[in-house]
Amino acid sequence: MSELRELYQEVILDHNKSPRNFHALPAPASKSDGYNPLCGDRLSLYLLVENGSVKDIAFEGSGCAISKASASLMTAAVKGKSVRDAEALFEKFHRVVSGKGSEEDLKALGSLAALAGVAEFPARVKCATLCWHTLHSGLEQKNTTATSE
Amino acid sequence: MKTDERETVSRAALPFDPERYRRDFPVLAETVYGKPLVYLDNAATTQKPLPVIEAISRFYSKENANIHRGVFCLSEKATQAYEGARLKIQRFLNARAAREIVFVRGTTEAINLVAHGFTRSVLKAGDEILITHLEHHSNIVPWQMAAENSGAVLRVAPINEHGELQMDAFRALLNEKTRMVALGHVSNALGTINPVREVVRLAHARGIPVLLDGAQAVSHMPVDMQALDCDFYAFSGHKMFGPTGIGVLYGKEAWLEKLPPYQGGGDMILNVTFEKTIYNELPYKFEAGTPHIVGVIALGAAVDYLTAAGLERIQQYESELLAYATHALQQVEGLRMIGQAKEKAAVISFVLGAAHAHDIGTILDREGIAIRAGHHCAMPVMDFFKVPATARASFAFYNTRAEVDLLVKALRKVQEVFR
Repeated sequence: MSELRELYQEVILDHNKSPRNFHALPAPASKSDGYNPLCGDRLSLYLLVENGSVKDIAFEGSGCAISKASASLMTAAVKGKSVRDAEALFEKFHRVVSGKGSEEDLKALGSLAALAGVAEFPARVKCATLCWHTLHSGLEQKNTTATSE
Repeated sequence: MKTDERETVSRAALPFDPERYRRDFPVLAETVYGKPLVYLDNAATTQKPLPVIEAISRFYSKENANIHRGVFCLSEKATQAYEGARLKIQRFLNARAAREIVFVRGTTEAINLVAHGFTRSVLKAGDEILITHLEHHSNIVPWQMAAENSGAVLRVAPINEHGELQMDAFRALLNEKTRMVALGHVSNALGTINPVREVVRLAHARGIPVLLDGAQAVSHMPVDMQALDCDFYAFSGHKMFGPTGIGVLYGKEAWLEKLPPYQGGGDMILNVTFEKTIYNELPYKFEAGTPHIVGVIALGAAVDYLTAAGLERIQQYESELLAYATHALQQVEGLRMIGQAKEKAAVISFVLGAAHAHDIGTILDREGIAIRAGHHCAMPVMDFFKVPATARASFAFYNTRAEVDLLVKALRKVQEVFR
């Protein structure tokens, strides 16, 4: 059970139960969609970028505890960050959850480190990264649905 | 009473003992995370018994040659083994003739073959193809493509809240424009057994052919082509204890004669010139290229194995196991079963409180229990029940009540995490 406890930490369960920034944002915020067709996780990410910074961010959708908690934690983590810092955080996060992260990467994650346990569950990495891929395509203003499968 | 009949009767009188069969499946002795494997994903694929594994190894070790062409000993042996397997499958299905048995890659290819043939020789703009809301994507998408390419219209018969086909609505959808009725014999997502005899009767009364997707039926109940009277029946080897990559399309001879070849190439021809090719007779017209020879032979071994175990006994045992599992899972607080048809195969689809199916799948996996989590390639069924995904435990005759108990215990762990 220890790896499971590591995966389903209180923080994750809390963000799953009461996700933060779980709502739509009105225009001029942009909306990007993320969808993992094989598992069915789905989210819409609302993004308001001003002067190169994420001024506001929110999401809606349905999915497993990992995908929902990850999206919730992500919105809290990148709000107010510069686009560049948000993208850099994604890279570090991706390395950590795929088991390739350094101690330094882990430290830089802050509250996102709660998701580090995902590395022990390779089948679930895509759940944790779907929101980040969606953020990335939103920041790049791509009009395609993002996926992490 | 003849000796063999007496033996059948006395064996049938004995209680079905799954332990006797479990020994034949090496993978069932495996452990995962130090726990015995509890394999409950049989609707996705079944495990393989030793006679099937040995048939593959024996063919490649001692008999490998191409079929239908060599004049040498090994090729003749391979051809005999391949055609011998076709006869086994003909008997297994009680088809009228071996030429009604076409080997394909699996259920998906079988349905695509028929849909492709219908597009080319039957369907016209305005015609209708009737499927049901219960279908696996493999019995939806080929017909959508057929409709798109022919101008035909795809109609969908509705289901009720138990996951059963609404027969009145189905009957009302049959009309003079309907050219094909295609439906699953057993639903992979919910386990519903469709009233296929009644469906065939109603469709035939209007002269409409019926294709049955038998992927989830053939390893769980006896199927008899002449009794069912369907026009096409499709299934996969790997869901009936045989190899992946091999499946069967049964088709009534008259229909197979009528449909054009699916693929061109070697083995499906009698004569080729650059001006014109004469196609081979049935079933070879549909078997272009070197087939999955060892797959066919090993599928024959799987059929032998299933026949020896006895499909009626398997059906009886699985229905008792389903009743036991249904009762046991109903005791799990917050568990909601999706699909509770009166006629049901040993499949239980469910959701559990706040836990998403994937979270259930991960936690169960750490207990050694393999189940499926997701939409089961039946997204319209998920939409109907307004769930994004379900967890699904699907049983085979080698599963036991003790394994059901382990499943229930593990589900309580899920509840602990998500309490």
